[in-house]
Amino acid sequence: MREYLLGNVAIARGLLEAGAGVVAGYPGTPSSEIIEALADLKGNLPVHLEWSVNEKVALEVAAGASWTGARAAATMKHVGLNVAADPFMTLAYLGVGAGLLVICADDPFCHSSQNEQDSRRYAQFSSIPCLDPADPQEARDMTVFGFELSERLNVPVMLRPTTRVSHARADVECALPKMRTQKGQFIKNPARRVALPSHARPLHAELIKKQALMEEALESAPWNRLSLNGKEGVIASGIAGLYVEEAISDLDLDISFLRIGTYPVPSKLIGRILEHVSRVLVVEELEPVVEEQVERLARKINPDVEIMGKGDYIPRDGELDFLAVRNALSRMRGLAQTPPVCVPAAEKILPPRPPALCPGCSHRATYYAMRKAFGKKAIYPSDIGCYTMAVGMGTVDTCLCMGASITLASGIRFGGESEGICCSLGDSTFLHGGMTGLLNAAYNKARITVTILDNSTTAMTGHQPHPGTGVTATGDKSVQISLAALAKALGAGLVETVDPNDLGKSIEAFREAKAYPGLSVIIAHQPCVIKSRRAGVKRKSFSVGSDCTGCKTCIEFGCPAIEFEEKKARINALCTGCGVCAQICPSTAILEVV
Amino acid sequence: MKTSECDVVIVGVGGQGVILISDVIGRAAVKAGKPVRGAETHGMAQRGGSVINHTRIGCSFSPMVASGKADVLLALEPAEALRFSHFLAPHGVALVNTLPVHPITVTTGKAIYPPLEEILLPIKSLCRFLRPIDATALAKQAGTAQAMNVVMLGALSKYIPLSEDLLLQALAEVVSPKFLQANAKAFLLGKAEVESDS
Repeated sequence: MREYLLGNVAIARGLLEAGAGVVAGYPGTPSSEIIEALADLKGNLPVHLEWSVNEKVALEVAAGASWTGARAAATMKHVGLNVAADPFMTLAYLGVGAGLLVICADDPFCHSSQNEQDSRRYAQFSSIPCLDPADPQEARDMTVFGFELSERLNVPVMLRPTTRVSHARADVECALPKMRTQKGQFIKNPARRVALPSHARPLHAELIKKQALMEEALESAPWNRLSLNGKEGVIASGIAGLYVEEAISDLDLDISFLRIGTYPVPSKLIGRILEHVSRVLVVEELEPVVEEQVERLARKINPDVEIMGKGDYIPRDGELDFLAVRNALSRMRGLAQTPPVCVPAAEKILPPRPPALCPGCSHRATYYAMRKAFGKKAIYPSDIGCYTMAVGMGTVDTCLCMGASITLASGIRFGGESEGICCSLGDSTFLHGGMTGLLNAAYNKARITVTILDNSTTAMTGHQPHPGTGVTATGDKSVQISLAALAKALGAGLVETVDPNDLGKSIEAFREAKAYPGLSVIIAHQPCVIKSRRAGVKRKSFSVGSDCTGCKTCIEFGCPAIEFEEKKARINALCTGCGVCAQICPSTAILEVV
Repeated sequence: MKTSECDVVIVGVGGQGVILISDVIGRAAVKAGKPVRGAETHGMAQRGGSVINHTRIGCSFSPMVASGKADVLLALEPAEALRFSHFLAPHGVALVNTLPVHPITVTTGKAIYPPLEEILLPIKSLCRFLRPIDATALAKQAGTAQAMNVVMLGALSKYIPLSEDLLLQALAEVVSPKFLQANAKAFLLGKAEVESDS
């Protein structure tokens, strides 16, 4: 049956078709829809789904399930694999029970990420196979194949879609979900499950030996395709293969072409194209993973072959597209290149439309109160979430990785900074990677203020639940963790919860925290406006009365619901009724619509 | 050699319903037995930012339309039409909803929203035909301003190789039954609006 599916939904379908028993993940663009789709699709199938607290946890849960005989997968974005790197590296030694898939979605061009690291390097680093789909159909097919491969080789397998695969849609051929009727049982085997040095040494040697088996198993995989034609050739991997195919078709070229979809790379196929051609262009996004292998093989097989790729023909940063690849091929063939269409008027007259905090977003109010209390000179380390978009408010001085706001703040204090330090991170980010930092700050006596921007959801990635919400990935009720009790337990001296929409009380709480001679935590609690709207919460909107003096204090607050027209403020239809602007207005000209 | 039967670029502002249009086209294409590819904007950019969706009907290559290759640019907002006008092919058609949505840079007085004529003029010179449409007014006429995107889909239907019947079937799959009647009406109003265009 063919359906029009999002790449991530195609992966979810593949997981069900392969009979996965456990899927765990932490939300992160572009990976989040895999578990969301599974929650929609699972019905009565016996699949344990979870939003884990972070990616390390997710991978360990999946590994435990695999060792118990359930096919298991962990989903994450590329930077999530940094968090999960510890179990990831050693799992390659220990191996799997039932198939184990690490689904790691990369984001070339940093569409929604802090970096564009290439996870194929991680697969290479840990010596496990990596499947690199070019489109949703391949993503679905590789998901099913990945489990079989993992079981055959007794190693975890990485599936590495990129944004243009995870967030692409295509007609995809799917089958029905499969039930695997296997009794879950953990079989004790210390030599393979306990990574003592004496066990790890032979397991590492075994893993190295397996590399040849991996290559053999993947050489004939359907995603490695060779066509030998002209004496010039192209080797491309992942989605770059599609750009090359389209360019060859568009330019009507007689050219030899090897498309690669699996790692370790298929050396025999690379050898055959290298024997056949005199020049070869390697096309891949980000790192020269394939190119380095092509160079290594060429030294043995055909040292005279000219190899073109990174740095000159193909950029090492950003994402590729059809035109960039077509131009690289044109250049190799000595054909005219096509510059991208440029519309000078667009640059000249268009107002920028950057993403911004929503109308009525409580993060804006929290940051306003924070800055009122802490002042311009204070240092404001921040974190990963919607609130990073408030960089223009002057309360986002750093953003490094999940949870780093607290630890950077501590380091800034210990490094000698004497101004006030008030850091901020979201509730989900705090639970993901902030708790250890808070514990460390308490233990090592960092005099800082930590603000938890608690909107009771993981908003940026599409409103996934977390332990603070008391609901699981499948919508079941669960234990609801109190952030205040947690902060106390981790050693914070002062813990205060405020409603950021009550500006006066919030400013007061921040002043108290600033004066506190130890580690203080402010929890700014107000549910995300998008979630509230979906839940049917309705508040009366506000409007600007005749007392407006046009002072622009409310405009500077930056809410998209406030506009400036004919020297006066005006509140538009986007108003959610948070009422914060009414508290800011020095002329009390903003009033609730009765 | 032509690598796609029809390349459509759909643009607008987060929340206007860009993805729904592509979803309907994709489903209709599958019903027609045609290969189809799409690429969407998710994540950070959605929060009030510019949104772009590529949809390629009768195509088995990558999901992205190349610069200068779009047969149709469907814009739910005029400034976004100009922002993404570099996708238009010289033989292409631009269908543009005329109601502006002011970005935060304009509402806070940091930038100016140019007059409609100034926005449309450079687009005209890039393509065969530009058609401004007051889709929001037509959607209100159909019963709900929210159906503006479906009015634009109706107008688009003239220029894509998919039958009205299949598009309406696909539309029924993605909108809630409660709003189906208003949406079907919106589709027909959009289609009628461009009927006599060349």
